[in-house]
Amino acid sequence: MYFEAWDGFKPGKWSEDGEINTRDFIQKNYTPYEGDGSFLAGPTDATKKLWSEVLALLEQERKNGGVLDADTEIISQINSHPAGYIDKDLEKIVGLQTDKPLKRALMPFGGIRMAEQALNMYGYQISPKVKEIFSKYRKSHNDGVYDAYTPEMRRARTSHILTGLPDTYGRGRIIGDYRRVALYGIDYLVQQKEADKLANNGNMTPERIRAREEVSDQIKALKQLKEMAMSYGIDISKPAKTAQEAIQFLYFGYLGAVKDQNGAAMSIGRNSTFLDIYIERDLQKDILTEEEAQELMDHFIMKLRMVRFMRIKEYNELFSGDPTWVTESIGGMGIDGRTLVTKNSFRVLHTLDNLGPAPEPNLTVLWSKKLPLAFKRYCADISIRTSAIQYESDDLMRVEMGDDYAIACCVSCMRVGKDMQFFGARANLAKCLLYAINGGKDELMRDKATGKHLQVSPKFEAITSNDALDYDEVIEKYETMMNWLARLYVNTLNLIHYMHDKYSYEALEMALHDTKVRRFFATGVAGLSCVVDSLSAIKYAKVYPIRDEEGVVVDFRIEGDFPKYGNNDDRADEIAVWLVKTFMREIKARFTYRESIPTMSILTITSNVVYGKKTGNTPDGRKAGTPLAPGANPMHGRDHNGALASLESVAKLPYEFARDGISNTFSITPQSLGKKD
Amino acid sequence: MTGHIHSFESFGTVDGPGIRFVVFMQGCPLRCQYCHNPDTWKAGGTEYSAEDVAKRVLKYRNYFSGGGGVTVSGGEPLLQKEFVTELFTRLKKEGLNTCLDTSGAVFDEARKEQFMSLLNVTDLVLLDIKHIDAEEHKKLTGHGNENILAFAKFLSDNGKKMWIRHVLVPGITDRDDWLERLSAFIDTLKTVEKVEVLPYHTMGVVKYEKLGYDYPLKGVEPPSAERVENARRILRAGFRNV
Repeated sequence: MYFEAWDGFKPGKWSEDGEINTRDFIQKNYTPYEGDGSFLAGPTDATKKLWSEVLALLEQERKNGGVLDADTEIISQINSHPAGYIDKDLEKIVGLQTDKPLKRALMPFGGIRMAEQALNMYGYQISPKVKEIFSKYRKSHNDGVYDAYTPEMRRARTSHILTGLPDTYGRGRIIGDYRRVALYGIDYLVQQKEADKLANNGNMTPERIRAREEVSDQIKALKQLKEMAMSYGIDISKPAKTAQEAIQFLYFGYLGAVKDQNGAAMSIGRNSTFLDIYIERDLQKDILTEEEAQELMDHFIMKLRMVRFMRIKEYNELFSGDPTWVTESIGGMGIDGRTLVTKNSFRVLHTLDNLGPAPEPNLTVLWSKKLPLAFKRYCADISIRTSAIQYESDDLMRVEMGDDYAIACCVSCMRVGKDMQFFGARANLAKCLLYAINGGKDELMRDKATGKHLQVSPKFEAITSNDALDYDEVIEKYETMMNWLARLYVNTLNLIHYMHDKYSYEALEMALHDTKVRRFFATGVAGLSCVVDSLSAIKYAKVYPIRDEEGVVVDFRIEGDFPKYGNNDDRADEIAVWLVKTFMREIKARFTYRESIPTMSILTITSNVVYGKKTGNTPDGRKAGTPLAPGANPMHGRDHNGALASLESVAKLPYEFARDGISNTFSITPQSLGKKD
Repeated sequence: MTGHIHSFESFGTVDGPGIRFVVFMQGCPLRCQYCHNPDTWKAGGTEYSAEDVAKRVLKYRNYFSGGGGVTVSGGEPLLQKEFVTELFTRLKKEGLNTCLDTSGAVFDEARKEQFMSLLNVTDLVLLDIKHIDAEEHKKLTGHGNENILAFAKFLSDNGKKMWIRHVLVPGITDRDDWLERLSAFIDTLKTVEKVEVLPYHTMGVVKYEKLGYDYPLKGVEPPSAERVENARRILRAGFRNV
């Protein structure tokens, strides 16, 4: 197979007929870069002007209370809107989610109520016609979920022992291999999907029927993407011929995804080094200068900074802002020992200088001890100046994922185009511990009918003694409660993802995956350190229950001191390891939807505040309503031995039991990092 | 043997070279007006055996590859020099870099063998010279500076490497003539590798409030960047080689 657009590229498995293999293309063609950032170019006049126009729009958006404009009529689809521009003559990379910059699209497939509410909150009215369609003729994901929920699931949701479930919004976290659009062009991708569909023949089991229908949807989505691109006058049916086209095609792929899906995290993958190959080729051919290359990257990043979704205010509260999680994974090492850092890894980070720092896209450096020193220094320099880079351990992830994975959201890794996941929010393990003590009665939530504490789980045996809590008894009851919680949690997610597939299938994103895809079942936990300190208090100090008039334990009296997680003290840290392993084993023992592989994350980065609000007093002395620690962090102010001790505690958590990622939020003043010599 | 310890810091980056595990000993004879660790003054603290502390330190040896190691600070570590000697002896066997952060105020020429046995397992002394003028030193800390200057000389005579540290407090230590005298004194020492000017800060004030102590430097602001630069120039901080 050969395209003229591939002139100058080294062929390989990637270019064989019937193959789609972006990784092989990268490996055969990329140029590792070990130098420093001195080659980088500043913003061009066009970039400066365009960015100042965007800044003015962003300022207007802020003044408007967070939303500049919202669509109330057009149901967003890949090709639903006419072409939109910021300033057509200046834009090197084009394409907006709607017809105007920062105008938010109407995306009701996740849930019509949520879409309507979100509009109302910002003073917009949903078109009666759209409302009618989605109440009379077309069901949304959210309707499907609520049709099937059990009373127990609803109770767990109300009490917030299960939190943030993607049952009213798009699950997100799926990363299409947007590079394929640039490398192969749409026509070839369609051709391959058609071949896959043809090959999937035999007994028409529900699974096969669904797979065939899904591939058909994928093909339609690809064709829509081509139409969308044509509305900008750009033909993406064949492979990209230049760096400009490669970036443009790739961005169109991503744009199609964010027009189609309002996902909780819409990450973009691992693209910089792929794009470097095109830029290098153009630089060699003398048809591109460094200034122009940087300009293309600046304009591309500018677009990613403008991705918007219409969401309710509570959602933004939960996530402390209006995040889109456009995570771009940068750098890392190849399994052959060569670094995957290229000049374009520098260029993408350099956008933070050219455009100024911003939280999106979430630029994530895949950190390895073996990264070139000059790149490490460059990253450190940008971090010091902008605080806008996220780092993740490539050395840890590469072992399982190889060298072409990317991060979805903040820590969740998947092989690009080969893995997808069913995002599962999280279970509140701190609340689960309180349920273990109270036999499944919620410590805060009342039953509306009786006014008494709501019985959320079936009635398990509560702890009735008023003596100091007995560690072994608590552990036994906690294990029982985790067993109940894990089963309920996994079942709830199974149901949610069934409905998401049925009513809000990510056809375009999945079109940019292999047809035979590996699926992860991404569960998560909140409240880790609170539970660890609570159990440690019960074990090493004396913790007396305090009951209310119903006999429900609502507070605790602690006598004595106890080891706390975050001090590199094995007595506490071993409890943390036990907790992670125990809950993950409970998750693994369940049936998971579509043969997905269960994983777990410990990563609540901002929502720990909201989860804490819904959790009563805990045996570690934490007061009701106060925040849980984020992710795998120690409880606030309880780490007394400095940063390394705190980090070492976190590092003991077994990654193989928390493959979806472990996060530790850590800030430090520059002065505390030492002195300049 | 056991030592009385105030606390540990696993990520010390300002008390000696590289990343350092810092052991803060409990108890100090001085009462420096600008002290930011007044909670380490009185005797007490938690008792740990030298072996316990060594084990704690060794957990972090992976972080010491860039020249880091252990620093014993305080409080005044020389008040518990037998303990520190045992700890350093143990850690030297493991190949760790050892650093002693002291004022030298309890140095006693008559018992120099004891000091020597500690210095034999000490790679670097961070010697805090609070004031070059004996009278001013007494006002500032409650004690004269004779022992401290003698200790500096002792280190120099015995070929022991040191970094001189000097806290710059406006109106109290930052007069040019004092700084020049200090500079002249430092010139008499042969083993000074570095001179650090530490700008006074007010981060310790909260601790005084907690402890119910009066804060002696109420109203004193941190020195300006110009004054710090001036002191660095006079002391030629950081550029002085042996």
